[in-house]
Amino acid sequence: MFPFGLVTGVAMAAGGIPPLEAILMSFIVFAGASQLAATQLLGTAAPVAVILLTAFFINLRFVMYSASMRTHLAGLDLRWRLGLGYILSDNAYAICITRYTQHPGEAHRHWYCLGAALPIWFTWQVATILGVIAGASVPQAWKLDFAAPLAFVAMSVPLLRDRAMVAAALAAGATVVLAGSLPMRLGLVLAAVAGISAGLLVERRAA
Amino acid sequence: MSATSIWLAMLGMGLITLVLRSSFLLLPNGVRMPSLLRRALRFVPAAVLTAIYAPEMLLQSGVIHFSPDNARLLAGLVAIGVAWRLRRTFLTIFAGMVALHVFGAIIGRFSN
Repeated sequence: MFPFGLVTGVAMAAGGIPPLEAILMSFIVFAGASQLAATQLLGTAAPVAVILLTAFFINLRFVMYSASMRTHLAGLDLRWRLGLGYILSDNAYAICITRYTQHPGEAHRHWYCLGAALPIWFTWQVATILGVIAGASVPQAWKLDFAAPLAFVAMSVPLLRDRAMVAAALAAGATVVLAGSLPMRLGLVLAAVAGISAGLLVERRAA
Repeated sequence: MSATSIWLAMLGMGLITLVLRSSFLLLPNGVRMPSLLRRALRFVPAAVLTAIYAPEMLLQSGVIHFSPDNARLLAGLVAIGVAWRLRRTFLTIFAGMVALHVFGAIIGRFSN
């Protein structure tokens, strides 16, 4: 978590987001991949609608998470549900769902989740702030803006564990590159659709 | 990069992220996810994340740049190799940055 936060901070600052906005973004959004994607897209003057659509696609995985958390967190009031919703990062989700599966029916499950998520949140914020400060003072010749795409490599390549997943990544990559001349980086949306379709097709053939 | 678009993106992304993360915690208990959607969602991260970084390595001002004098592409391939073998975030980024500078220096020497 710490290295990723650091890299996100550095990449945001190196990508031209002013320090205050970069730090605020990490508090308000609290989602590294979206922050990095927004940095890259803002740098190419993409319209805000495309940035939001991208964030939507990147964060769709959280729908899966919340669906599997729901049975374990039934009956919470709205404050708790929104609070846990805000703070539920990938790592926190992994910790909570593992605990809930191993200890079904345990009491105070929401407190366990908060206890797991808060230190991660705190670490992330400290790392991002340090990264923003470092990134703002590093010379352009270091090309640290390239850390953002590298972070996406680090996030996505380990996901490619089966053929269907590889097909999804290859189809999405090929589509976005071939659609490079489309206005407003709409190729990204096309690529998401192509990748998901390719994944589903290969999965069905394998089944 | 305009201040307005930064702020709009920030607030909009904050809202979208919160709604998606809380989604099923907020929906009534009877609502189930259709199985096609569940299977499709599995592929979203790999597809979207790849679509975000691929142009940074393969496109130059919107044109495909697929050749050995593209340092970003070569560095990206190194990073993909490291991520594939070692699955370590920081090592992947570090190796990619070092490769970018090494390939950049080599290509710079040849083109002069």
